Amino acid sequence: MTTGYAATSAARGRYEAWTPARGTEIIADHLAMEGATLPILHAMQETFGYVPQDAVPLIADALNLSRAEVHGTMTFYHDFRHEPAGKHVVKVCVAEACQAAGGHVTSAQVSKALDCAFGETRPDGQVTLEPIYCLGLCSCSPSAMVNGRLIGRLDDEAIEEIAAECRS
Amino acid sequence: MSAHKIYVPGDAAAVALGADKVAQAFADAFKAKGLDVQIVRNGSRGMHWLEPLVEVVTPFGRRVGYGPVNPKDVGPLLEAGLLEGQSASLYLGNVEKIPFFAKQQRFTFARCGIVDPLSLDDYKAHDGYKGLARAIELGGPATVEEVFDSGLRGRGGAGFPTGIKWRTVAQTPPQQKYIVCNADEGDSGTFADRMIMEGDPFTLIEGMTIAGLAVGATKGYVYCRSEYPHAIAAMNGAIKIARKAGYLGQRIAGSDYDFDMEVRVGAGAYVCGEETSLLESLEGRRGLVRAKPPLPAHKGLFGRPTVINNVVSLCSVPFILANGAKTYSDVGFGRSRGTMPIQLAGNVKYGGLFECAFGITLGELVEEVGGGTFTGRPVRAVQVGGPLGAYFPTSLFDTEFDYEAFAKKDGLIGHGGIVIFDDTVDMARQARFAMEFCGVESCGKCTPCRIGAVRGVETLDKVIAGQDRERNLQVVEDLCHTMKLGSLCALGGFTPYPVMSAITHFPEDFGRGAPLSVAAE
Repeated sequence: MTTGYAATSAARGRYEAWTPARGTEIIADHLAMEGATLPILHAMQETFGYVPQDAVPLIADALNLSRAEVHGTMTFYHDFRHEPAGKHVVKVCVAEACQAAGGHVTSAQVSKALDCAFGETRPDGQVTLEPIYCLGLCSCSPSAMVNGRLIGRLDDEAIEEIAAECRS
Repeated sequence: MSAHKIYVPGDAAAVALGADKVAQAFADAFKAKGLDVQIVRNGSRGMHWLEPLVEVVTPFGRRVGYGPVNPKDVGPLLEAGLLEGQSASLYLGNVEKIPFFAKQQRFTFARCGIVDPLSLDDYKAHDGYKGLARAIELGGPATVEEVFDSGLRGRGGAGFPTGIKWRTVAQTPPQQKYIVCNADEGDSGTFADRMIMEGDPFTLIEGMTIAGLAVGATKGYVYCRSEYPHAIAAMNGAIKIARKAGYLGQRIAGSDYDFDMEVRVGAGAYVCGEETSLLESLEGRRGLVRAKPPLPAHKGLFGRPTVINNVVSLCSVPFILANGAKTYSDVGFGRSRGTMPIQLAGNVKYGGLFECAFGITLGELVEEVGGGTFTGRPVRAVQVGGPLGAYFPTSLFDTEFDYEAFAKKDGLIGHGGIVIFDDTVDMARQARFAMEFCGVESCGKCTPCRIGAVRGVETLDKVIAGQDRERNLQVVEDLCHTMKLGSLCALGGFTPYPVMSAITHFPEDFGRGAPLSVAAE
């Protein structure tokens, strides 16, 4: 028997296709909350893999906000995607503690191994590579998050494993 | 009841180093051998170079450790008698005797790494909820005074006395009030909030409950950054358990007080660690910083009186209530009372979390506790207090870890993170990164931060390219002056710390002559 909590990581390929009906349902689930905008945006992204543009007026209407306010909130935060990500999502920490442990070199290596620039999705849709500012793994840096899974002490072997995973 | 019990940390750092695979390997091996062994996914002890650090309760009730354990070590370790606590390769004995651990004074992190994070029984068996019991006995006003008397100051970085914040909210007329926990631990080099939420989540729940009781707030929010999925899962799990056991909800623990709380998840904006920006975000808006006054204590979340404290501040409260303000304030240095969980990170040999009384010197922390760099090269610079903290050269290693001592050296202790760099570091690049980071994360509300950061990057690029260096460095210094004095919050206001400290202490990296103090060494 094992005790403990399990962090939910986004399982690939489980996203639903956007429908206004499903969007309305998600909004309705959150209406009792104070300050429901961010929880709704998170739920949209968890369900559809991104926040569809068509969701914005629905959220605005339900929360009695203007579309500009919802759009403004959504675009302020780095997390919310405007379009679906690649099949695999790789986030590499580029903050100071990882820089101190050679992060400049490893992040370039990851980019090369994945044939993908930071902040972009590869044209074949296989992988999205993003910089991230700190995963809280600063004592075992450099670190990365691959499809929701954490990796510390990023070395050549780990980079090769990431590249292999992203080929699948 | 299982015959044996082993601990395999579920802490994110341990998991990043393979702890899930190790736990699975143990589970598979026990199943194959038909052994009934309980695997507890505990928090981390904070000695991250030993992770995954597996502990076993021996037949004599002692707890011994093995680490760092790789999945392929599991078979041989079991053969060698791990379940009986036999000495084998990777054997560490009693992990509390390891110097890194033995030298600490663990008040806030007393349970972290020891208990099962989601066992309320375990929590209570290790002094959990004693603080709340005392607070219920004392009542609100006396609880506020107890926290004030402890000398506790905000562990998020600003160092503002927690008791004064609580008093201010307690003195507002009765109405809906809030306790907000700032768990937006965005500073690189820090992970104390993450560790305690993952390893001992009930402590935060108890701390927030005591805060609610003290000031008359009935609702709490933990605003946790999205980069911490394990912490979010642990907090949500613990809140559910506490609610079911009557420690959250109406008439908590059989008292006349009501308090409930929930976790809200951030969305990748560093500036939301600033308290007013965090409140905007909780309300569902862009994380734009608010001008103060009004203080959050008067008009905070949804315009209501709000206590907003960092995770570690709130997690220090149960100890203070349970053991008395004096026990806490008896340790420390100057006006910095109690203990600080210090995080050793970056290029460090013995990285992890080290909780001790204020007053230890920076040099002791880096060289003795941290063991210097893992690359084995000489330490050249350490950044203390996150991306907005100053870079210190080794010539300032005699600085005591204390809010005021660091301020005197034009630095800050911030949230207690120390990032160590070896002699390969290019300080001009680090200064440029500080400006770049400020530009990426600026909320855009005030001009010094929004424009200053972009101009800072452009100008430092010219310095790095060797273009009109002296004049451009003067522009950078001028920019820093304006940002420091003219920004609304610490993002723009403190970005000058890393930039100016790099230029002051490491002028040779900017094409200026070496400073005398460094040259003399």
